[in-house]
Amino acid sequence: MARLTPENEALARDVIARYPRPKSATIPLCHLAQEQDGHLTDEAMAHIAELIGVTPAEVLGTASFYEMFKREPVGRYVINICTNISCQLMGGEDLLAHAEATLGIGAGGTTDDGMFTIEDVECIAACTEAPACQVNYRYQHKVTTEDFDRLIADLRAGRRDDIPPHGTLGKVRQELRGDQIANITAPEQQSEPVWITRSEQGSKTP
Amino acid sequence: MAEKPPPIEVTDPVTITLDGTPVQVQRGDLLIDAAERAGTYIPRFCYHSRMNPVGMCRMCLVEVDAGRGPSLQPSCMLECSPDMVVVTDSDLVKKVQEGVLEYLLLNHPLDCPVCDKGGECPLQDHTMAYGPGESRWLEEKRHYAKPVAISETVYLDRERCILCDRCTRFAKEVAGDPLIHFMDRGAATQVNTFPDDPFASYFSGNTVQICPVGALTAKPYRFKARPWDLSEVESTCTGCSVGCRIAVQSSRNEVLRYMGVDSPPVNWGWVCDKGRFSFEAVGGNRRLTEPQVRKGDVLVAARWSDALDAAAAALRGDPSRIAVLGGARLTNEAAFAWARLTKGVIGTDNVDAQLGDGLPAELLLSLPAATIDQTCEPGGTILYLGPDPKEELPVLFLRLKHAVLEDRARLFELAPADTGLTRYATRSLRYVPGAAAAAVAGLLAGGELGDGPIRVVLGRASVAESAATIVDAAMVLVGSGREVTFLPALRRANVAGAIDMGLSPALLPGRQKLSAGNASLGWPKLPAEGGLDATGILQAAADGHIDTLVLLGADPLADFPDRALAERALTTARTVISLDTFGNDSNRHADVVLAAAGFAEVSGTTTNLEGRVTALEAKVTPPGTARADWSIANEIAERLGTEFPELSPADLTAEIARVAPSHAAVTSAALDAAPDGIVVGAMPLTYEAPEPTHVPAVDSYSLRLVAGRSLYGTGTVLAHCPSSAPLAKPSVLRLAPAEAARLGLPDGGRVRVVSNDRSFVCDAAPDPGVPEGIAAMYLDGSASGPTAIIDAAAAVTEVRVEAGS
Amino acid sequence: MSDVPRIVSSRWDVPDAHTLDGYRASGGYEGYAGLRAALATSPREVADVVKEATLLGRGGAGFPAGVKWGFCPPGVWPRYIVVNGDESEPGTYKDRVLMERDPHQLIEGCLIAAYAIGAAQVFLYVRGEMAHAQERIAAALNEAYAANLVGRNICGTDFSVDIVLHWGAGAYIVGEETALIESLEGNRGMPRLKPPFFPAAKGLYMKPTIVNNVETLSNLPWILCNGSDAYKEIGSDTSPGTRLVAVSGHVKKPGVFEIPQGVTTYRDLFYDDRYGGGIRDDNELKAFIPGGGSAPWFFPEQLDMALEGRPVGAAGSMLGSGAIVVMDETTDMVKACLRLVRFFARESCGKCTPCREGTSWEEKILQRIYDGHGRPSDVDALLDVADNISPGPYPVAAWEAEGLAAVPFPPKQTTICPLGPSSVAPITSALRRFRPEFEARITRGNSIPLEAAHG
Ligand SMILES: Cc1cc2nc3c(=O)[nH]c(=O)nc-3n(C[C@H](O)[C@H](O)[C@H](O)COP(=O)(O)O)c2cc1C
Ligand code: SF4
Ligand code: FES
Repeated sequence: MARLTPENEALARDVIARYPRPKSATIPLCHLAQEQDGHLTDEAMAHIAELIGVTPAEVLGTASFYEMFKREPVGRYVINICTNISCQLMGGEDLLAHAEATLGIGAGGTTDDGMFTIEDVECIAACTEAPACQVNYRYQHKVTTEDFDRLIADLRAGRRDDIPPHGTLGKVRQELRGDQIANITAPEQQSEPVWITRSEQGSKTP
Repeated sequence: MAEKPPPIEVTDPVTITLDGTPVQVQRGDLLIDAAERAGTYIPRFCYHSRMNPVGMCRMCLVEVDAGRGPSLQPSCMLECSPDMVVVTDSDLVKKVQEGVLEYLLLNHPLDCPVCDKGGECPLQDHTMAYGPGESRWLEEKRHYAKPVAISETVYLDRERCILCDRCTRFAKEVAGDPLIHFMDRGAATQVNTFPDDPFASYFSGNTVQICPVGALTAKPYRFKARPWDLSEVESTCTGCSVGCRIAVQSSRNEVLRYMGVDSPPVNWGWVCDKGRFSFEAVGGNRRLTEPQVRKGDVLVAARWSDALDAAAAALRGDPSRIAVLGGARLTNEAAFAWARLTKGVIGTDNVDAQLGDGLPAELLLSLPAATIDQTCEPGGTILYLGPDPKEELPVLFLRLKHAVLEDRARLFELAPADTGLTRYATRSLRYVPGAAAAAVAGLLAGGELGDGPIRVVLGRASVAESAATIVDAAMVLVGSGREVTFLPALRRANVAGAIDMGLSPALLPGRQKLSAGNASLGWPKLPAEGGLDATGILQAAADGHIDTLVLLGADPLADFPDRALAERALTTARTVISLDTFGNDSNRHADVVLAAAGFAEVSGTTTNLEGRVTALEAKVTPPGTARADWSIANEIAERLGTEFPELSPADLTAEIARVAPSHAAVTSAALDAAPDGIVVGAMPLTYEAPEPTHVPAVDSYSLRLVAGRSLYGTGTVLAHCPSSAPLAKPSVLRLAPAEAARLGLPDGGRVRVVSNDRSFVCDAAPDPGVPEGIAAMYLDGSASGPTAIIDAAAAVTEVRVEAGS
Repeated sequence: MSDVPRIVSSRWDVPDAHTLDGYRASGGYEGYAGLRAALATSPREVADVVKEATLLGRGGAGFPAGVKWGFCPPGVWPRYIVVNGDESEPGTYKDRVLMERDPHQLIEGCLIAAYAIGAAQVFLYVRGEMAHAQERIAAALNEAYAANLVGRNICGTDFSVDIVLHWGAGAYIVGEETALIESLEGNRGMPRLKPPFFPAAKGLYMKPTIVNNVETLSNLPWILCNGSDAYKEIGSDTSPGTRLVAVSGHVKKPGVFEIPQGVTTYRDLFYDDRYGGGIRDDNELKAFIPGGGSAPWFFPEQLDMALEGRPVGAAGSMLGSGAIVVMDETTDMVKACLRLVRFFARESCGKCTPCREGTSWEEKILQRIYDGHGRPSDVDALLDVADNISPGPYPVAAWEAEGLAAVPFPPKQTTICPLGPSSVAPITSALRRFRPEFEARITRGNSIPLEAAHG
């Protein structure tokens, strides 16, 4: 699969409609494509470019800036191990070394069976729960080496269905239908909001 | 190329202190420019005065105190405000500059000896002037594959790149083709294209020019020369009628490069790729290098005296049976010499510099004129009715786009199908070929144009739609009672100059009517009455009424909209004389071919679509024995019994100033003082509007043909540029998707295009930019393109499209 | 008011506070009461209350929200609100908790702000890696839209605003407000220069835009319900209210705590049983970062300072994002310094030459020193490289024993945004205090000379 599927394209159009300018949807749509394919393909970026009216180079320029978008296939589970200061102080680097040894890959690598990718990442906002890691962006707090081994075993055994495959961002999405939208139009089409006008003129909330 | 800030008018002066000296500057002007205008150059890499500042290289930091104590500020982002105290040379500033340079050099390969930019490299120059003595960098440098071709003509070496955002900003902001972009982040940031999506921009070469290092190089110039071996003259590109100012650079009598020169009223330093890389044609090895005379079926090399004798002999007969086509390739001086020869010596008025693809010269000279600057005036209203400017007048397209995007101009486009301008237009309206006048009237009536002045860009969107229909539209505007001024959008390089010099029926040099005469000319003869235009000439020739047809740098087979007519004319005329720099389809029919000196080989002047006269400078000698067009004219005149005294183009410039009322101010001295040229005096002619054209009603079984030009479509010059020629793609017939589906060819395919008894076969493709009822195609100069079916006499061209061949 | 007032964390212990029903049922008052209170007065009055309250921004710079709102140029529409939920500063962990556990409080805060400034739309920019926060906010927004608390004619009034959840994708710099806006426009998250691009005047799509932190906005429902006077009773005069701090690293009980501003001291946070409960293993405190990875370090001398913006700034650091990282005596300062510098090198957006090239150079020099391949000239080279990113004396805490005075915050910069200069904080802090550790690494290769460190 490469271009967005018809269902995803429809979703993409919904997302685009949430922004005053289509280009603002670049990142959400790249997430959508990554959710579909597990990584961000060139074909998907070209499709996104069409949908939001920019060039593929612009989509890639944006996407490649951000850590989360993978242009090559990654493991089904991407394990982000934090080694930034709070985690480092509490053994994050040891956890990473343990993970590398256990899975036989270096940070940035993917196991041959395509199950796991490990990354050495920056602070993931779990500092008081150090050392911390994420599996497909789902948090694991105060992870000991034993915890880690159990995690790997559970993932291999399919016991962690709380963790969706790589690329899935939120299992719950904002649903904003066209008929619910109050105010989203191009910036040029917007004028002073009515409640401001009314209140400046001194009248009370209707 | 030194980039200087464009001059500005100080209307709101404020005083700032610059390194201890009070100076008056324009309020709000960027400090970096204001300082430079005041004589203090602040080093920079990312700043370019023709693009929005980004303030990212940090080379231009200076200490500024705007009332709250001194702080380091990028002078490229800071607007001048009253009482600002600026220090550009403090120890802190120097340390910071040295620091930035050290940083930039950390990962730079320092391969100056093999780099095209070496010797004209801002990084190199700034390092000498402001940089550290040595590097403290001990680590491994960044490595990238090098160089990568990012387009047919541009190579990118990312190791040399200092990430100034100039090329990428240019691509997005100026060209509107964001096909190169920053990729990745931080120290890994690099410029690149999307995989397999090259930087196919008509303007890509500009990035090479503005790159402050050797990261972007132009394939046609790579490793050709070192800057110190080059010498240059300033001249004007004659690729189209915009007339971009350029520097022509050569080494050892070989032209190696053109660089855009920043002419504030015209091109702002930009040129299109076709123009930039057309230098390849100058030294092209297929140039005509000597005269030729027909012997039986073949053209054979001849001595100049013999060829000129042969030409003169053919020009001695009945003037009404002699005609001259072309002249837009010529300098003004040559055009004058040829107008004088044809009208003043031979005595015929059958002369036309346009090839049935323009507008009546008398109309053009009657319209109140607007310059490019006036057309693009901030906040103004532009009505565009003409050819796709991106394809035919590329740098005018850049100016219009800028006016809309940056200067709040409102642009209304009337076009039969989408153009390169459509996406930038405030509103783009479609009209059916033939209905331009009605469309203009509708737009005027709708009130959208506001009530300020209207600047009209006027030309022909399509040669399959007669000039008369556009004349009608112009007349609607003229008669509207509104303040309307016009910028003519005729494509051919010096068509405006040729008309001004009288290479048009019923006109004399200096925007004078033939009927009014001009005693100061002192020519031996003058035609008694107006002659034929290009269509008339070709028709007359085809009908056997023309004995001698002179092609003055003209290739009617490729360029005249009705190829069948041109073919009959060339084969029927008894003698065809061609003056040209290259062989072409038409001059293969010639009896005498006179090898002409071309661009960069002759000096003189040229006139752009605004009527702006600028200097052309010779830089190299012509190949073989090729001669300047003007001297050929004078040689022939002498053989016909009239000797003219000029020894140089300058003598002709002086003669023109003497006899051509509109050009009285255009003297060599005045031109020397005005590198941006002189806009020739407005002296509108009276124009008698013809009766409105009768256009047949839309026939729902047919499509109306739209035939414009594309940048890399036809053109002899292009064919002789090895780097650009491959960019010419076979033209396809573009149809509305619904139309293509109706043909059973939703994804395109082979079709036959039929009009009356003529037809041709080509590929068709669906194009959402083409409305239903329209068949659009670029002219490609071939026998199997739109010119195969266009009837020069018809108002519009109706076609039927059939699937298959 | 209890001993420790809880303004934004009051529902953290309520299991279903993230649902609309849970939110309504808890907190001692009807959910969205703050919004109703706001709607009952004029937008101007709401803005005045917030201004009165001196609600200091919690994203890092500590700028009063009410004052910032006032910078929107009059008569220029539309206006936007962008909620900064990109929380990525090393050591920072509070916005995620607020988003995961109390999303309605944040949404209500957004609504109050939107009403006050007349925003057409609110974008909730949530860090991409926070999948759970995304889910919680998405669910909360879906509920709120359905309950007519967001969208058209909210609660039957003429106030209408959309709140759109936006997913980030992993880039620390996007937390910087102008980079956040670039990112929201679909671009690379590269900061814009201020001036001229102050978001309140020229922000999203070059329109007036208020960027506020998640915690900042989460305070609004309480303020609207209880009034600015009640708010000012908490905390100190210049820093009213509470703030969330995350105490991590070498304390016995790391955690996120809501504390009154300007009252609680670092000593309280590290040693008091209600908070950190002491240094781990009862070790000595070696140094601590008082406000996130970008903040210059403090040392035991600064323990008795209360958490209050101005004095902390004068003492050479900043409160930043309320991220406090504790390092005990066993900490290898070269390693800690390297790790923080590496962070900035990896997260530099690449726009400014000094940051793009300088931070990775700093990292490379430090890595060499750490690996035992340092040269004696490296320490001075490092300081000079840093000086070219942030020229002049860099903010640093006083070291009375050595007779060195504090250099107040903030630093000078040759860059557009403070990220590049932030890389200098660990270098200056560690090198000034623990230079022998660096020198020992250089002269003695890989060994860790802890004696030298104590010297
Ligand atoms: C490099 C950098 C990163 C930042 N990251 C964040 C962040 O993750 N979250 C945040 O709220 N503010 C962050 N800020 C501060 C924002 O620029 C901005 O000041 C803040 O969002 C304003 O909200 P406030 O006034 O409510 O604090 C960062 C600033 C910088 C310079
Ligand atoms: S200082 Fe660094 S992160 Fe900030 S704008 Fe400059 S390069 Fe980007
Ligand atoms: S020229 Fe000003 S920052 Fe580059």
